[in-house]
This record gives sequence, structure tokens and C-alpha cells, in this order.
Amino acid sequence: MSTYSVSDTTAAAAPRAAVTFSNLSGSYGVGLAASLAWLAFGASCLYWPDVGDWSRTSSLGIGAIVIAVFILFGTLSADYLGSAGQALRKRAPWLLAFGALVTLWEVATAKFAWLPLPFFPPPQSILEVYTDDLPRLLDSVFASIKLQLGGYIIGATVGFVTGVSIGWSQKIGYWVHPVLRFIGPLPATAWLPIAFFTFPSSWSASTFLIALATGFPVTVLTWSGVASVSSAYYDVARTLGAKPSFLVLKVAIPAALPHVFVGLFMGLGSSFAVLVVAEMIGVKAGLGWYLQWAQGWAAYANMYAALIVMSLLCSGAITLLFRTRDHLLVWQKGVVKW
Amino acid sequence: MVVQSTAEAITYPAVGAELDIEGVSHAFDIDGATLPVLDNVNLAIAPGEFVALLGPSGCGKSTLLRLVAGLENPRSGSLREDEVRITGPHPSRVVVFQDPTLFPWRTVWDNVALGLEAQGILKTQRHRVDAVLELVGLSSFRNAYPHQLSGGMAQRVALARALVNDPKILVLDEPLGKLDSLTRIAMQSELVALWQRKGFTTLLVTHDVEEALVLANRVIVLSDRPARIKADIAVGRPYPRHRGDPYLAELRKQILGLLGLEATW
Repeated sequence: MSTYSVSDTTAAAAPRAAVTFSNLSGSYGVGLAASLAWLAFGASCLYWPDVGDWSRTSSLGIGAIVIAVFILFGTLSADYLGSAGQALRKRAPWLLAFGALVTLWEVATAKFAWLPLPFFPPPQSILEVYTDDLPRLLDSVFASIKLQLGGYIIGATVGFVTGVSIGWSQKIGYWVHPVLRFIGPLPATAWLPIAFFTFPSSWSASTFLIALATGFPVTVLTWSGVASVSSAYYDVARTLGAKPSFLVLKVAIPAALPHVFVGLFMGLGSSFAVLVVAEMIGVKAGLGWYLQWAQGWAAYANMYAALIVMSLLCSGAITLLFRTRDHLLVWQKGVVKW
Repeated sequence: MVVQSTAEAITYPAVGAELDIEGVSHAFDIDGATLPVLDNVNLAIAPGEFVALLGPSGCGKSTLLRLVAGLENPRSGSLREDEVRITGPHPSRVVVFQDPTLFPWRTVWDNVALGLEAQGILKTQRHRVDAVLELVGLSSFRNAYPHQLSGGMAQRVALARALVNDPKILVLDEPLGKLDSLTRIAMQSELVALWQRKGFTTLLVTHDVEEALVLANRVIVLSDRPARIKADIAVGRPYPRHRGDPYLAELRKQILGLLGLEATW
């Protein structure tokens, strides 16, 4: 008994001690370097004159120096800042790399024009887009979110219900399965020209296409999830007095949920593609449209700015989906990981 | 001896149901061919009796249990619970399978509550879940998920999930088959204690002769597939039984002989 507890404590204590030791030697160094990198970025903005005409150079430089000061003080007082201090420590290497990258970017574009200019805008011109063109950008963001959310919710709901139905009922499966087989693999974007003719508005057409792109993977994975539920679960529930509705709602669906989330994830990815294409071709709003519009005006900074926003939105949506999954599928911890 | 005197005192409480199996035959269709599994099985089980079914692997024991549970209907013959014909599953006849088959997405408490929830009476009967968890000694694991349990604990949860319905007939399909021998011996005693306390009729499928003899009032020996009843042996020994009891050893030898394994004795 005593041997067990002794070896147990030493095993648990050893890695903890090692981490603390490496923190003492390493984390201050990396944090200070990150602070220096951001200071270098700010200084490079302010020290050399711009090769072009940008109005936000000095604000960007001052902002970078403010960030450098924050990193400096954060690093020095990390031990007293609780979880925020720990988070800063963990991200210090990334802050360093990012600071170095923007410095290089600043120098290579605005200061010495090593990269050809209109196509590679400097950081301050992107900042300029976010400050000066904010209303239009925000309008586009909201339009995109509205379109995406509507189509995704419709597609996911219809796909889920269809998947459960064909997984559960052979009769429904008989009719739906061939249709799914025939239409499902078709990329939703292939419907674009027809959809824009047949639907009353480009908005409803795009909603339909996004729903289609989402619905197919959700249907197929929900269906396979429901179909693969072990019959032993049904036997158990039936001997305990379960009615068919209980078997569907409390056995089949929870058992299939891990598959459903794979479908939702795949559907999210393919619906993003449809959203952007639909906005570029037909809808007169949204980030896809903004990109197209910026290209028309050769406003390259606006395109980069919109791309950054778009990538934040997409990764945010996927993070949200994963959080939801982790919350609903706590029971899976230690069972499956993907 | 003290043990002997308690033997006279065994009376079956009225909780258990009577089970009549009359002329039951069953078969499966596999690739167009008919595979007979049960051949004219007749068995009358008194309320509160503990009956063990012994037979060679794959002889159709588990099929007989599925018929008793009402998960399938026999090709011919009839099964009756308290004179009422069995046509489908009912919570008065609950099965504990060889695998615990706990629902991995439900906590221990929610797994045990399954039957009450399915019958729509959970809201008023929550105390029964707590009580039965106490009974199997798993109250402190009520919020655990099945993957956090050991094999023996999981099987105890499965037992609790069955017992919470206050079954009249408890159907056990090799419930201890996959447990290690120590857990197994401990759970055999628990099972006897529960049965004596609750008084339900018990039908146990096993292929462990010793287990059958330690637990049951009657041991039914089945033949190879299609299963017929080969012998119906009363085990006239009081509980708790002693594994080294020479009387049980003699019965064990007899049963192994019936199963064609006398050479191993």
C-alpha cells in the first residue's frame, strides 16, 4: 500500500516540477523577445518613411508599441495574473513569431517595396480598411452570417430528420435512398445557374443551395449513425417497456449523435464554399460580394481585409460547433476521439 | 445444523410470477434453410423459484430466454406468465444480458432510470432509482458514465436497471459470464441475497455447472441443438451454499455426465 502511494506521488510530482523549472528559465525569455518583436514592428512603422500614401502608419506604430508594453508587463507579472498570465505564457512563442512576421511584412511593403505594391498592401492599409470602410464591411459580415445561418439551419434540420427517417424506416429508405444517391454527390454549386432562374430571389436561391450543401452530409451520416446502432440497445429498452417513439428519441438518436456531428462538420465546410460562390455570382451582399467588388476596384487591401474577416468567421463557426459537440457528447470522453 | 433448519423456512414470497412453457418449438431461417433451435420444450416454474438452464454452447438456451422476455414469438407452443400468454416484452419480465449494454451516453443513474422513464413514471418514482442503486452499492457512482466503470460495476448497474422495475420474473442470460472469477463469486452471493430478499422468479442461463448448483433451486439440463429438456434436477440444499459441499459435488458429476463430459471428472 505504502509503496503504491509513494511511487504514485513521485510520478505525479516529477512532470510538474519539470514544467515549473522550464517556465523559470524559458518563459521570461520568450515573452521578452515577443515584446521586442512588437517594439521592432512599431519602430519600423515610425522610423522609415512610407513609400506610398497611407494615413494610418503612425497609429499602427503607436498601437504596436502599446502591444509591446502590454506583453512586457504581462510577462514580468505573469505569476500574479492567474489564468490570464498562464495564457500569455502559453502564447508567447506565437506572439514572437507573429510580431516578427508583421515587422518583415511592414518593411518589405511600405518601407522598401521589395514586394510589388498594389498587390501586396502593407499592414497599415488593411488597418485603414477596417477603420474607414467599416460600415460596408460590417453590412457584408451581417449579410453573410444571415444567409449562411438560415441555409445551414434549414439544411441541418432537414438532413437530420431525413437521416433519422431513412435509418429507422425501410419504407422511407426505399424511396429516399435512390434520390439521395443520385442527387447528393452533385456539388451544390452545379445548381447555381438553374437556382438563380427558378427561385424568386437570389437570396432564396442561395439559401436553398447552402441548405443542399449542408443537408447531404448530415443526412448520410445521421442515417449511417442510426443504422449502426447495436440491436442490443433496442432489446434492452424494449424489455424495459419502451415504445417505438422512445426507441427513436432516446436510443437511436443519442447513439447516432457522434455521427451526426461529423455530418454537421462536413456540411459546414461545404456550405462555406457555396456561400462565397453564391455571393460572388448572384447575391448583391455579403463578404463574397465584397471580395468581388474590391477586385473590381483593384482595392487589394480591402480584399485582404475581407479575407481575414472571412477566415475568422469560418473558424469561429467551426469552434462553436466543436464546443457544442464537446458539451453534448461529454460521455464520449475516453471512448472515442476524432 | 443451523443451516439445515433454515432450509425448512424457505417460502416463496408472492412477488414472483408463475412461468409456464408449453410445447415450445422454435427455428431460425438462415440462407433459406430452416435451423431448428428448440424442440418441444415443456417447463413449469413456480412463483419465486430460481431455475438454472444448463446446456452445451449454442444449444438454444439464449433463444429460450428471448422467448420468455417476449423479444421473439415461438414458431409453435406457448409461454404464459401467471396464465397470461406472452406476446411481447413487458417490464414485469426483465433481462440482464451477458454484456451489461449500458447506454454510454447516460450516467449510471440515468441508465438505471431507463425502465421507469420508458414507462413514463419516472417523475413520481425517482426514489426507486436511488433505492436500487443503494441496494447494489453504487450510490456514489450515480453520476459516472459507463466507460468509467469496471466490468463488475457495469454488470451491477445492469442488474439495478432490471431490479428498479420490480420484475416478477428476472431473466439472466449468463450475466456473470465475462467477469473475473473473484468478482463472479462475490456477485453470485449478491444475486442469491437479492433473490431471497425480493422473491422474484429467476431464470438463469449459464454454462457454469458450479454456478448453477450454487444459485438455483432447480437445474434444467438441455440437449444439443435443437434443445430438448434432458434432465430436471432439484437442488435440495439451503442457502448460503458451500462450494465444497459433497452433495453438490455429486450433482455436479451427474450433470457433467449428462453433458457428455464425464471423462473430465
